[in-house]
Amino acid sequence: MPPREGIYGMLAEFNTPSELVYATQEAHRAGYRRMECYTPYPVEEAAEALHFHKTRVPMVCLIGGLMGVTTAFLMETWINVWAYPLNIAGRPLFSWPAFIIPAYEWTILFAGFSAALGMLALNGLPQLYHPVFNAPNFRNGATTDKFFLCLEAVDPKFSLSETRTFLEQFPAVSVVEVDH
Amino acid sequence: MATKGPMQDPSVDPMIDPRTGEYAVIAPGHNFKSVTQKIAGIVLTSNTPLGWFFGLMVGGGVAMGVVVGCTWLFLKGVGIWGVTIPGAWGFAIINFVWWIGIGHAGTLISAILLLFKQTWRNSINRFAEAMTIFAVVCAGTFPLIHVGRPWLAYWLFPYPNTMNVWPQFRSPLAWDVFAVSTYASISIIFWYIGMIPDFGTLRDRATMPAAKYFYGMLSLGWRGSTRHWIRYESASLLLAGLSTPLVLSVHTVISFDFAVAALAGWHTTIFPPYFVAGAVYSGFAMVLTLAIPIRKFYHMEDLVTLRHLDNMAKVMLATGSIVAYGYGMEVFMAWYSASHWEFFMMWNRMFGPMGWAYWILILTNIAIPLTTLWSRKLRVNVTFLFILSLIVNTGMWFERFVIVVTSLYREYLPSSWGTYRATKWDYMIYVGTMGLFTFLFFLFVRFLPMIPMSEIRMMLPQTKVTPGGANAETISEESA
Repeated sequence: MPPREGIYGMLAEFNTPSELVYATQEAHRAGYRRMECYTPYPVEEAAEALHFHKTRVPMVCLIGGLMGVTTAFLMETWINVWAYPLNIAGRPLFSWPAFIIPAYEWTILFAGFSAALGMLALNGLPQLYHPVFNAPNFRNGATTDKFFLCLEAVDPKFSLSETRTFLEQFPAVSVVEVDH
Repeated sequence: MATKGPMQDPSVDPMIDPRTGEYAVIAPGHNFKSVTQKIAGIVLTSNTPLGWFFGLMVGGGVAMGVVVGCTWLFLKGVGIWGVTIPGAWGFAIINFVWWIGIGHAGTLISAILLLFKQTWRNSINRFAEAMTIFAVVCAGTFPLIHVGRPWLAYWLFPYPNTMNVWPQFRSPLAWDVFAVSTYASISIIFWYIGMIPDFGTLRDRATMPAAKYFYGMLSLGWRGSTRHWIRYESASLLLAGLSTPLVLSVHTVISFDFAVAALAGWHTTIFPPYFVAGAVYSGFAMVLTLAIPIRKFYHMEDLVTLRHLDNMAKVMLATGSIVAYGYGMEVFMAWYSASHWEFFMMWNRMFGPMGWAYWILILTNIAIPLTTLWSRKLRVNVTFLFILSLIVNTGMWFERFVIVVTSLYREYLPSSWGTYRATKWDYMIYVGTMGLFTFLFFLFVRFLPMIPMSEIRMMLPQTKVTPGGANAETISEESA
């Protein structure tokens, strides 16, 4: 990514999840859309306040699972019927009940890897650099006990002074600018 | 840990919740910071306890048994083991089934209990999952080295090769390859995904550059964004949902190794459920074997409380009862099926030359645990539970021994009867895997967060969100 200059957003720090959720709801009501909460554990109310409801992780997982079962079953059939037919005690070459067990295992294998890697991909991880890490107080609490709301500069409603005034009306511990 | 609030009657244990009369899942007085400090402190400390070095050395020393045993095995071949005809399956398969069964409790705790919203699992799921992975490592060693020419074990995988030879998918050995490799892969990915937020915490709290770099890389840049958390939770639930049938299927497939063989004592439809129950039984016993010393050594009594031990003992009681039903049903079917091969096998199993193994199994797996675990007093007695967990682990090993050996060594034709006797190499590799397991576990508790911090935080009272941003929980927040 080319280096970018300027302000990434305005970051407010809170002590409790309730304060964070309230501030997020108010920001949404005030018309801010490009914003994100940072919490040390999943806060569902924050996601609701952000109006973020649907994830595509289950769909990725389903597609992975279907790919797994198809791949395994077709592979087994091809191997044991055409590529390397073995006559074991006169059993039919296409003895599909026996093929189900590996196909079932690969369903789970593919679906599991799709869910995990799909989650990371949708989240844009790994991403070792992110502007919020530049905020001096972020790494002291975001993964321990503090709750952050970041209103991002790309939002059309964002303005340095007004956004700061808006965030300062809440009992925030601090409101800081985040550089790119 | 100091308790908060009004003075309590000193006769009342602060760990007992006054509302329910149950033991608390987390000791009172914890907050986000104290939980994080406690768990991350073990990993990030610069003063490693001496006991840890001692344990690591003992584990590593015993693990040399695997190295020495396998080296000699590769030089000489499986003839150095006690396997022979008719006892063609010996310690390798016994230990394989035993170890993989131990792994099952980890997945059960992390998956099934998550789906059932059993929040008490949060304190114990991480090291139970670690136990799963290390148990699968030990289990996987055995099928790998028993094939005669272990350097060709990769032939079991379907891969394009110049010989144009492919695996045979009607064989339970090929099923095993798929089941165990899937199980190992999914367990590792579930474990790692679960640790990413905690790696973020460790990265932010680490002071030494090496630790910052190490945990920074592992955390993949996790920053606790809410959108990330929602996708993360969704993926965790999906992985749990996928692991649940996986737990049941892996041991089912392993029981098929036996059940598809036309041999008295193996050819039984009860094997899949009975194997799964036995696996969970021995797995919970192993979680107790690990949890009890660890919580003592690292003073984790306020996070892994008597409630956890009590609950795990209850699960053991339930699964142990299923196992007892399985034993009963084997005996009943041997009589009711009117197959005199079955009947002889069962008679021989109980009163034949190896009958002692059967009675040890009944004593350690059924008689002792299933009579004592009904008592709540004993279920919260830490010393008793530790000894009992060792007894059950022994019992479950004998179960596999009895199934494998007593069915094989006196099969249909009396002219081909023989016996089975394990050699010192069998014992050396078996004991060696226990050392390997201990060694890996000691590395885990030192370098990785052994209790999931983000999940513990979710169980604290401060997580309650009040509408309107009211600051009701600030008081408990300040009591660090």
